[in-house]
Amino acid sequence: MPHEANGRVIEFENVGLRYGLGPEVLQDVTFSLAAGSFHFLVGPSGAGKSSLLRLMYLALKPSRGLITLFGRDIATTPRRALPALRRRIGVVFQDFRLLSHLSAFDNVALPLRVGGNREDDVRKHVIELLSWVGLKDHVGARPPTLSGGQQQRVAIARAVIGRPRLLLADEPTGNIDDKMAFRLMHLFEELNKLGTTVVIATHNEALVERVGHGCLRLDRGRFAVDAGDQGVSDTRAARPAGGNRDRLYPSNAGDAA
Amino acid sequence: MLNPRTDLPHDRDSHGRFLPWIIAFVVFLASLALAGMLFLDSLAAGWERGVSATLSVQIPASGNEADDDRRTNAALIALRTAPGVVRADLVPAERIAALLEPWLGPATAAGELPLPRLIDVEIVGDADVAELARPLQARVPEATVDDHRVWLDRLVGLVRAVELLAGAILALMSAATVGTVVFATRTGLAVHQDVIEVLHLIGAQDVYIARQFARRALAHAVRGAAAGLGLAVPTLGAIVYLAMRLEPELLPELSLSPARWSTFLVVPLAAAAIAAVTARLTVTRSLARMP
Repeated sequence: MPHEANGRVIEFENVGLRYGLGPEVLQDVTFSLAAGSFHFLVGPSGAGKSSLLRLMYLALKPSRGLITLFGRDIATTPRRALPALRRRIGVVFQDFRLLSHLSAFDNVALPLRVGGNREDDVRKHVIELLSWVGLKDHVGARPPTLSGGQQQRVAIARAVIGRPRLLLADEPTGNIDDKMAFRLMHLFEELNKLGTTVVIATHNEALVERVGHGCLRLDRGRFAVDAGDQGVSDTRAARPAGGNRDRLYPSNAGDAA
Repeated sequence: MLNPRTDLPHDRDSHGRFLPWIIAFVVFLASLALAGMLFLDSLAAGWERGVSATLSVQIPASGNEADDDRRTNAALIALRTAPGVVRADLVPAERIAALLEPWLGPATAAGELPLPRLIDVEIVGDADVAELARPLQARVPEATVDDHRVWLDRLVGLVRAVELLAGAILALMSAATVGTVVFATRTGLAVHQDVIEVLHLIGAQDVYIARQFARRALAHAVRGAAAGLGLAVPTLGAIVYLAMRLEPELLPELSLSPARWSTFLVVPLAAAAIAAVTARLTVTRSLARMP
C-alpha cells in the first residue's frame, strides 16, 4: 500500500456530497490525515461535520471526488473488500447506536464477532475492555438500563475493541458534563498514543481549546484547516485550482506523524 | 439450531409469528398433494401391470349352439397357436351370467337369453394385437377383439394428468413458500434496519447478516414444517383407514412401502431449505444496495 507508506491514513481530493438532488452539503473538500495524528472537526451546526464523518466511515459514497482510505481508492475498491476496511475504523456515533436488545457485553463484542474471532478470545478481550472503562459490574446490562455516561463508555468500548487504525467520534461529549468530557478526551488521547488516528467532531470549542490539537474547520460545506493542526495537509494547497483560497490555511504538511 | 446466538432482536412482531403458521399449512397441503400423487402413481402402475397383458375375444351368439361351439373352438385353436399368446381360456357361461346379472336380472342365469362366448386371452406385454388377431379373424370373422389396453391407456392417461396436477400444486406451494419468506424477510429487514446498519458499519460482511436471517427463517420453517407434517400424517392415516373400510378391493395399493413413506420427509426438509435459502438471497440482494 504505497499511500500508507507515506503515512496517510485517509485522503480526500475535491470531494463533494449531495443528498439526492439537493444542494451540495460538502464542496471541494480536500485534505489528508497522517497516521497517528489527532484532530478536532469543528464548525457550526449544519456545516456538514456529520456528513464528512459518514464519508470517512464509508456510510456514504461521495457524489464526486476521490477518497483514499488506508491507501485504497474507495471508488475502485470492490464492495466485498469494504467490510475489512470498515473493521479498521472505530466509530462512536452521535447517538451511540447501541443495540438495545443486546447486553453491554454483546454490544462491545460485535466488531470482534463480525470479524470472525473465536468466542473465547472475544470473551477475554471484551471483559478486559469493559473493566478498563469501569463497566465491569454492568457486563450483562442492556443499554436502556444504563446511564448516559455508561452508554457512552459502552459505545466507545465497541469503537476501540477492534484496535482501529482510525477512530471517528461524532459529538461524543454532546450530552455529558465537562468532567466526564475530559475523562473521555483523555481516553482518546491514550488511544492516539498507541498509534490510532483520531478525529472528533464537536461544536464544543472550549473543549478544543483546553485539550489542544489541531482543528479541521468546516463552514457551510467548505473546508479549512487550522494553521496549528499538525498532521493535516490540505493537498489542494499544492494545486492552482480552487475558488476559496481565502478560507485556506495551509499547514506544515505530512511531517507530523 | 432452533435458538442460535443472534445479533437480531427477537421478533415479537407479526412477521416472525406468521411464518411458521404459513409453512405449517403449506407443508400440510403439500404432504396431501404428494400423498395423492404417490397413490395415483401406484394405482396407475398397478393397473398397467395387471391388465395391460390381457384381452378379451367375443364371439357373438348366433342362436345356434352348435355353431357357436364350433366357432369358439376354432377361435381357441387360432389364438393358442398365434405368436405372443400366453394363454387363451374360455370364460364359463356361469361367470358371464354372473357378470351380467346385475344388469339383466336372473333371466341370464336361467339360459333364457343367448349369451356370447368370451375368451380370456393373456398375451406377452409387447405383443402386437392386430398381428396376433389376424389368424383368428381369418377363421372366425364374427369374433371381435377387445383390447383392454385401449381404454386402460385412457384411464391411465387421466390418472397421469391428475398426477401432473398434483405436481403443479407442489410447485405452486414451493412458489408460495418462497414468496412468503421473501415478504417476511423484507419486513424483518425493514423492522431491524437500525441493527443492520450498525452491523454493516462496524464491518459485517453481507453474508454475516444474511446468515442470521437465514438461520432465523430456518428455525421458523422447521417449527412450522414439523407442525404441518404432524398434522398431515394422522390426516392421511385417517383417509387410508376410511378408504380401506369402504372399498378395500378398489384401492389395491393404498399401503405405501416404507421407501414411499420416507418421501414425506422430503416435504418439510424442502420447505425448511427453501425458507433458509430464500431468506439468505433476499438479504444479500437487499444489502447490496448499501454502499
